[in-house]
Amino acid sequence: MSVFIAALTVFILAVFVGYHVVWNVTPALHTPLMSVTNAISGVIVVGAIIAAAPEEFQLASLFGLVAVTLASVNVFGGFVVTQRMLNKFKKRR
Amino acid sequence: MTYQDFSLLAYLAASVLFIFGLKGLSSPETARRGNVYAICGMALAVLATLAAPDVHHHGWILGAIVVGGSIGVGVALRIQMTALPQLVAMLHSLVGLAAVFVAKGAFYAPAAYGIAAPEGGIYTSSLIEMLLGDAIGAITFSGSLVAFAKLQGLMGSAPVRFKGQHALNALLGLTIVALGVGFAASQAGLPFWLMTAVALVLGVTLIIPIGGADMPVIVSMLNSYSGWAAAGIGFTLNNNLLIITGALIGASGAILSYIMCRAMNRSFLSVLFGGFGSGDAAAPSAAAQAQQRGANIGSVEDAAFLLKQAENVVIVPGYGMAVAQAQHAVREMMERLGAENVNVRFAVHPVAGRMPGHMNVLLADANVPYDQVFEMDDINNDFPNTDVAFVIGANDVTNPAAKDPNSPIFGMPILEVERAQTVLFLKRSLGSGYAGVDNDLFYRSNTMMLLGDAKETTESLVRALKGAH
Repeated sequence: MSVFIAALTVFILAVFVGYHVVWNVTPALHTPLMSVTNAISGVIVVGAIIAAAPEEFQLASLFGLVAVTLASVNVFGGFVVTQRMLNKFKKRR
Repeated sequence: MTYQDFSLLAYLAASVLFIFGLKGLSSPETARRGNVYAICGMALAVLATLAAPDVHHHGWILGAIVVGGSIGVGVALRIQMTALPQLVAMLHSLVGLAAVFVAKGAFYAPAAYGIAAPEGGIYTSSLIEMLLGDAIGAITFSGSLVAFAKLQGLMGSAPVRFKGQHALNALLGLTIVALGVGFAASQAGLPFWLMTAVALVLGVTLIIPIGGADMPVIVSMLNSYSGWAAAGIGFTLNNNLLIITGALIGASGAILSYIMCRAMNRSFLSVLFGGFGSGDAAAPSAAAQAQQRGANIGSVEDAAFLLKQAENVVIVPGYGMAVAQAQHAVREMMERLGAENVNVRFAVHPVAGRMPGHMNVLLADANVPYDQVFEMDDINNDFPNTDVAFVIGANDVTNPAAKDPNSPIFGMPILEVERAQTVLFLKRSLGSGYAGVDNDLFYRSNTMMLLGDAKETTESLVRALKGAH
């Protein structure tokens, strides 16, 4: 139980951090905000790697590899499209 | 330092880098650096995980990353800026599906995640967390696919509604809970898979009643779900990085949904239970009626004259501008007028595009400098000092009916273009917008309507501005 409570503590504090950081995002950049959160949601790749990791190849390894592939689309696609968008935001000459 | 400590510290550093990444988005000046921080965080997290002593099959894992990464980069480089909402919806669906697969992986290989109970089976608390991550992931996956299909035009954007819809959704929800309880008690695979299947169906039935006009809310909401799904998986794996990242994304999506709802003066529940956005806007009767009511229909030359005489012009773009691909012509007009010493600014309503902030990206894509683009609250007070408000492809977001307590759109915050000297309304027809409410602005004495395709009309306007020397 104490493990769960420790995780819950981290979770709730992170929600507050997210709340404050996101309210500070300028509305003009709400679309890049979405695409960059798309990219970092690909951090689930960490969990996917662990499923694919055990030495003996099994059903879970296959699930893990599929999840690694899916999450990698997010990570790379999300970061690249965010950078592409941000490069377009220029000031008046 | 053990590997365990090292990985925990690496994950902590990655979490901090992600937070700096989001923080950078507070201004376009710092945003690019923020994105680089987030990329470093991700690289650190993946490398730390791959370095674990009990991780094998590095070749396979790297292969999967290369395959997924190439697809991601390929799509991200080719995507048109008008199609960003579809891309984002598709990426949400992938996170959802990945969460489902990780939950299944954890179920079949609990030892790898350290959640196997010593007496055999899996800890009950881990099972419950696994269920949550799996169910939210499945709903995110199928719901985002429906949103994608609606945005891409693969299915009609009109709300799909039928009798007993809410009862059906409630029933599906209860079935998910029942199967979850059955799974936690029996630890059998069958109820787990059944639960995933029912959650997939629920994702579809939740999103089909939502109309095209409410898409910005739904895309934000699914963004939030994808975060909660990642956090749920983080609880299962007892991984702080996933929990923190999931919480950041969940909060972000929830705030964006709230901002979009507020911009449409709709409650979140009324969006969820369907309504706006039949998709087929221009009603012929409205157009006929409009002719009778005598809208002031002007020519391109009249409009060019008005614009050239003006000191202050505010351009109000709507999604119709992007549909007609008129943004480059509009930027040309802006430059042309700038050369005549006319002060040109853009006014963007929060729901001007198909997702939060979409219009700002479309304008940036057309080389409009971001310091000439203003948010609704920052520019509304300037309309009385504006000579010409140029409305292109927008309708409902300028409709003064929002101030009439009897109107269905009453209370929606609008760009108050009616307070400008002259309103130039560039529009295909005199029909009503998404909300289906006639726009009184078309018939006011200080409004001039320019009827026609947004792109062609703007291009001939630019020619008229050039020729008028």
